Formats: sequence, structure tokens, C-alpha cells
Amino acid sequence: MKLYDIAFVCRSKNAGPFQLTIDLMFNNEADYRKVLASPAFTPCRIAELYKVAPEAVAIKPFEAILTIKVALPRAASSGSALDSDVYGSQQHFPLGSLEI
Amino acid sequence: MKTPIRYLSLCGLLGYGYSPASLENAFKEKLDFVGVDAGSTDPGPYYLGSGKGFVKRLQVKRDLSLVLPLIKSRGIPLIIGSAGGSGARPHVESVLEILGEIAGEQNSSFNVAVIYSDLDNEFMHRAADGHLFSCGGSPEFKSELVDKLENPVAQFGTDPIIEALKSGAEIIVSGRCCDTAVFASYPIWKGFNPGLALHAAKIAECGALCARPVGANDSLVVEMYEDHFTVEPPNPVRICTPDSVAAHSLYEQPDPNCFYEPEGKIDLSNCTFEQIAPRKVLVRGSKLVPADKHTTKLEGTIKLGYRSITIAGLRDPSGVAHLNEIEAGVRSAVAESATFVNPGEYYLRFLRYGLDAVTGSNEPENTTLPREVGLVIEAVAPTQEQADALVALARSKALHQGFPERKATAGNLAFPFSPSDFSGGAVYEFALYHLTDLPLEFEVKNMVIK
Repeated sequence: MKLYDIAFVCRSKNAGPFQLTIDLMFNNEADYRKVLASPAFTPCRIAELYKVAPEAVAIKPFEAILTIKVALPRAASSGSALDSDVYGSQQHFPLGSLEI
Repeated sequence: MKTPIRYLSLCGLLGYGYSPASLENAFKEKLDFVGVDAGSTDPGPYYLGSGKGFVKRLQVKRDLSLVLPLIKSRGIPLIIGSAGGSGARPHVESVLEILGEIAGEQNSSFNVAVIYSDLDNEFMHRAADGHLFSCGGSPEFKSELVDKLENPVAQFGTDPIIEALKSGAEIIVSGRCCDTAVFASYPIWKGFNPGLALHAAKIAECGALCARPVGANDSLVVEMYEDHFTVEPPNPVRICTPDSVAAHSLYEQPDPNCFYEPEGKIDLSNCTFEQIAPRKVLVRGSKLVPADKHTTKLEGTIKLGYRSITIAGLRDPSGVAHLNEIEAGVRSAVAESATFVNPGEYYLRFLRYGLDAVTGSNEPENTTLPREVGLVIEAVAPTQEQADALVALARSKALHQGFPERKATAGNLAFPFSPSDFSGGAVYEFALYHLTDLPLEFEVKNMVIK
């Protein structure tokens, strides 16, 4: 199943002009745990999807509200010459397509 | 025991609007101050670089007009943070101008404290000499950029606003400052727990974004106590719940368990959220871990050139299938004809909406070709005239560019507009987004606006 279909919120946004943050929120603990435990859901794999350095990708679980945060660098800083998403609000793909 | 503080966050961003009912309800009880954040780097570097606001003058004027008579009659301060959107001098001046207009129309006058956060060139040279540290993923600062910086500002914390509050101002117009400083300064000044004050401020700066239905365009009331705070939207159509308030700490932050301010790290890992009234949530447990070394974040832009674009659609299936060939043909034809600009000094970009404009080469899904594609051709060059000419060249080449199996030999593109091309103005990028450990002083200027 695709990550986009498991999460009930799958969204991205700038965390400052040089970073993106992707929030994945789940309806139940089973889904939350399944994604966290999945061998596909690793900084390395996410780094490959976004063509960034693996050490720059962080996965931050927030169990209180069954949410996983992913932080990663932007390919181009917000609004700079090669950027195509100033607010970063449509960058939850390719992550959303990840098969869990 | 301390007398609790009750304050109003007018809305998530000055100019985004708020319900008049919110204002009326919030003012039914005692308020100690009203705050509103006006700043964001989200709309991109253009606004700081150009000195313009991303919210229009008329929006800001509306939001201020309603609240000014109320703060005046109650004798409570209004704090405006990161005035004008980016908080550099031209932004601050634009807000002072609007205040002057309102004072005239309302036959009123205001004691105003203005805090500027602009950085001079001499300071930037000192900072670039080993006192700038990457922040939030920014690349290392190249010192040769110092003289190219446009509108460099410091994002200060609570100290300058506390100074301005002490001066007895009715309105504080602050240059670039931390969003939290707008709301945490007053409680910290009055001796409240800074961890709680900063966490409450972090929630308050977004207005009713922590409520349901979500509303950056509406107000929030915060009450500060010694060991907790509460949040409640004054608009009865919204409610706060423990989940809605907890979830807010995710917003635009790389880490949900903490955030950083000049005062230190605010640790949220032991926070609890409790429903204490149908629409009100109580928060406790937020802790400030003071910073070892005082640092201030600096922001600044450099100009990359000027932009021009054209917009067109493709419906012809062969044209859609051969967009790569069309683009390659246009690029080489432009390179040949654009003798008015040096080859290394401009760039052309083809944004293919419907195909891959958003995700680009990261697109993981192979799907069949779309029926239509929206094409934006963009040129950025050292002058607007060069950019305009590059787009005009690219547009005419793209219209007539040949490719294999071409049937629609009269033209490849549907232009929705005449004129078809648009001058986009200056293009900037954030070059300065760094912390400095150098001490900074911020000038507080008191004046009367009438």
C-alpha cells in the first residue's frame, strides 16, 4: 500500500527557505507503527527519492498524535531561480508514492 | 500569586483578516495587550529583497482600523511584529504610513515605538569574518556576497520589545523579529515562566490556526498563569481541542518535540494538553533550556536578475509527446539569436504543468501522457529588457518549432492572453539565513503619529 493511502494527512511545507518538512498523520496506532517499522521507510530510501544526502534526512516520530515528521533539504531554496514550489506545499511526492 | 495575563492574537498574519465577532468577544473581558505577527519568509525572498509587502496595504489597513480604537480606549498596547511582512526599513515605514492614515481618519493619535532591525554593511563585514553559522540547512555564507546583500535584517527576540513596552508606547511597530517575541515579551517582562510564555507565543502567532475549523484568518485568546497557559478562540464557531493544539507544534517545524528561539531551546516533550472548557485547552510542561551562547538569526537576499514569462497550452497529442524535442529546438534557436546577452548570464526554463512541472525529475510514477499540458516558459537575465527579449524569442520559436510527426503545422501553442508575455520583475534568493554570535543593539525610536 502507498504511504499516501495509509496516512490521513500527508502534507509538505517549508521549514525555513532551505528545508522541507513532511507530516504524515495516522488514524490508528497500527498504521503509525507499520510505517515506522517498514524497511522501505528509511532516511536512505527517502534521500534516494528526493536526490538528497541521506544524512540530511531526519525522521521524527511524534507518538502523542500518531504523526511522523520527515525533514529534508530543498533542492533549490524557496523562490530562488530553480525552485518550482515557493511554499513547498506540493513536495509530499515522491514520498507519498512509497510502497509500505 | 501572580495576576494572570490575558492577551489577544488578532490573526495569523496582519492583513489576513479576522472576524469582527472575535474582536468583540475578546474585548468583553480584560485584556493586557494585543499582538499580531506580520512576518514570514514563506512567500519567498522577493518581498525582503524588494522592500515590498506580500499583503496589500488595504488588507493591513482594514485589520488595524478595527482594533486601534479598542486598544486606545482600553489603554493597552498593540504589538506588531515583523511589520510590512519582512521587517526591513521600507516595510516598517509602510506600516507607519498606514497608521498615519488611520489616525487621520479616526481623528486619533498614537504614541508609537519603532524598532528597526536593519543591519549595516560594516556590521555584515564583521559578521562574515567568522561569525556566521549555517541555520536550517542554509549553505555556508560566502563573504564576497556581503556587498550584494539587499535589506539584511536581524530577527531579534524579546529584549527589544520589552524595552519598547517599558517606554509606555501604545503601539509597537517592530522590524524583523521572532514570531514568538510578539507574544512572549509582555509575559516575560511581567516575570512569567519563559518556557510557557514562548510556547504560548508559538501557538498564538498563527492566530486560530490551532483551532478547528483551522483559521489563520481569525483570532486567539491566551491566558498566562504561573504554571500553565490556556488557549481559546474568541470566535464561537471555532474550538480548540488537545489534538488541535498539540498538532500545531508540527506546523512549519522540523522537530515536533522542540523549537529554538534566541532565548534557547523550548522543550515540548513533557507537554500535556487538557480540555478544560468546551472550546478551551490548558497546556503545561513546556520548558526553556537557556542557550549556552546568545545567537541571533540574520536574513538577507541578493538579486539574481529579472524574470519574464509566457504562458501557453498544448492540446495536440504529437506536440505533447514531443515536448522534449520542442524544448531542445527552442533552446538552441534562442542561444543562436540571443546575441544581446552573454550565454552564461541567463537561463531559460520550461515548466510543463500537467506533466512534471511540480515534481520534476523526482516524479516516481510513469503514467500515460496527459491530454493537455500547460507550459510556462521563463527567462531570467541581468536586465528586464533582456529577459523580456529572451522570452519573446523563446515564445515565437516554441510556437513554430518543428518535431517528428508534426501535423499541426500552423502552431504548437494556445496562448490564452494577448499580450502573451509578462515581465516578472526582480528575482532574489535568500543568501543570508545564518546565525551570528556577535552582539547586536536595536534602536527603539519613540514618536507620535497623528
